[in-house]
Amino acid sequence: MSALTVNGLCKSFGGLHVTRNVHLNVEPGERRLIIGPNGAGKTTLFNQITGDLKPNSGAISLLGKDITKVPPRLRAHLGLARTYQIITLFPRDTILRNVTLALLGLSKLRWNPFVPLDRQTALMEKAEEALGRVGLAGLKDRPLAETSYGERRRVEIAMALAQDPKVLLLDEPFAGLSADERHGIAKLLASIPRDVTMVMIEHDMDVALDFADRITLLHFGEVIVEGSRAEVVADPRTREVYLGA
Amino acid sequence: MTSNPGRTGFVLLLLAILATLPLWMTSLYYVNIASQILFWAVFALGLNVLVGYGGLVSLGHAGLFGFSGYVAALLMVNGYSHAAALPAAIIGTLLMTAVFAALALRSTGISFLMITLALGQILWGIAYRWADVTRGDNGVNVAGRPSPFGIDLTEPRAFYVAVFITFILCLLSMLALVRSPYGASLRGTRDQPRRMRALGFNVWMIRFIAFLFSGFWTAVAGILFIYYNQFISPQVMALQTSAEALLMVISGGTATLAGPVVGAAIVVIMKNVVSAYVERWNMVLGIIFVLIISFMPEGLVPGTARLWRSMMGRRRAAKMPLGLKVAGEGSR
Repeated sequence: MSALTVNGLCKSFGGLHVTRNVHLNVEPGERRLIIGPNGAGKTTLFNQITGDLKPNSGAISLLGKDITKVPPRLRAHLGLARTYQIITLFPRDTILRNVTLALLGLSKLRWNPFVPLDRQTALMEKAEEALGRVGLAGLKDRPLAETSYGERRRVEIAMALAQDPKVLLLDEPFAGLSADERHGIAKLLASIPRDVTMVMIEHDMDVALDFADRITLLHFGEVIVEGSRAEVVADPRTREVYLGA
Repeated sequence: MTSNPGRTGFVLLLLAILATLPLWMTSLYYVNIASQILFWAVFALGLNVLVGYGGLVSLGHAGLFGFSGYVAALLMVNGYSHAAALPAAIIGTLLMTAVFAALALRSTGISFLMITLALGQILWGIAYRWADVTRGDNGVNVAGRPSPFGIDLTEPRAFYVAVFITFILCLLSMLALVRSPYGASLRGTRDQPRRMRALGFNVWMIRFIAFLFSGFWTAVAGILFIYYNQFISPQVMALQTSAEALLMVISGGTATLAGPVVGAAIVVIMKNVVSAYVERWNMVLGIIFVLIISFMPEGLVPGTARLWRSMMGRRRAAKMPLGLKVAGEGSR
């Protein structure tokens, strides 16, 4: 059973075809890298997998279950988590509260209007543990508005990890980071155990190459090349897309 | 939500002053003003659940406020007891709130505001035009106030105490909401609805429940309103009432507990007290709001807190030579 399957997915905005008959098959535990130049339709593909966008046709299944018509929130409950290229956090809250919200999303507690959230020690401990995994335990009480860009990237990942996802979608987790910070994030991603399947979008191929088991090259909404790391790098079409024909 | 002993003490002192008000306030006129402030505060607190914590600006709440008042008043005029009319008004208003929510929550932002405005105006129109039932422009007189546990609420001080108790219950329910996981969920849907969906939250349902909670306290405030005035007319449901309640929330400070209360106090005092001395009290109210929006766009309560902090900060900074701000230790 595959962790994530995309079958004949098509999406167009007016006359613009942003996803053209995309097939994708990601095995459990796999690290898949999706590369492609700007406007290749990478994030649009993610948005369809998470349910933020409805595809025109095609099917998506998660761990063998067809989720094409499942609303986004239930996909999270089925074990799908994502991070955003454009950082999407809760700016008025502390780092810890951001991660706590991620945990609440899958907890029945989220409906509870009677108990104080601060006293939910089990939840808080889990949130702190997730922050520990991304190296932010010492900054948990810092308001998000006072954190650096690199720290926010880590909060994004902590929120996704806190949910114990089976499939994790990472949308350009290196975007806007310094070389040092990128190295830190790469190490962090490498430390995630193999029971989490990961699909990462990256615009810049060099940064993320080490991460990938397999690579899919997307161009104008279409899968151009797919294969192992070496195969894709060696493929002339990859060069064509990246260096310009 | 950091609790700070100084602030808690200040709030408790204020509440103690309010609680003992009938004992030391000799003028019944001001006791009545205080009652008005508190039931408008209940209304504003209810509206603040949507506006402040949910990020959904409603301009139709006067419709719900008046609906509750009308249901209670009409039932009593037709011979039903207080004990029957009150629950009927609250349940009826909750049902009406559910209709409002189902229609308005199809969108957010300006469209949400416009739909709530339209719904409020429809209720106003019904109250105004369906004269066979609502008595139209003549309004409905409410014969008397109830006597719970044998205490006659016709007496202004007794009525004040009843309003004060309701107000405290409302405030406590808001405090619980703000601190609860559900409250955190609600604020999350205000700040990042899309992210909340991706995290597994049912954004629509969270907002729907918030709308009902808001409608509940709006209904309670509507009942207190008709008991206080012994009268209700379509004017209560007009857009102006919705706008006034919204002004209370915004001028005091959205998404705070004290803000709507302070805002209610300003509006009620302007309307009743200042209007006795200044003929153009509406203009005074307008100027006050312009000043608030200019100098404290976040509202009076958070604005004052900000000024206070910066004053204290300056005093502390004067004592401390350098390195006031601890640099971030860095994480990597």
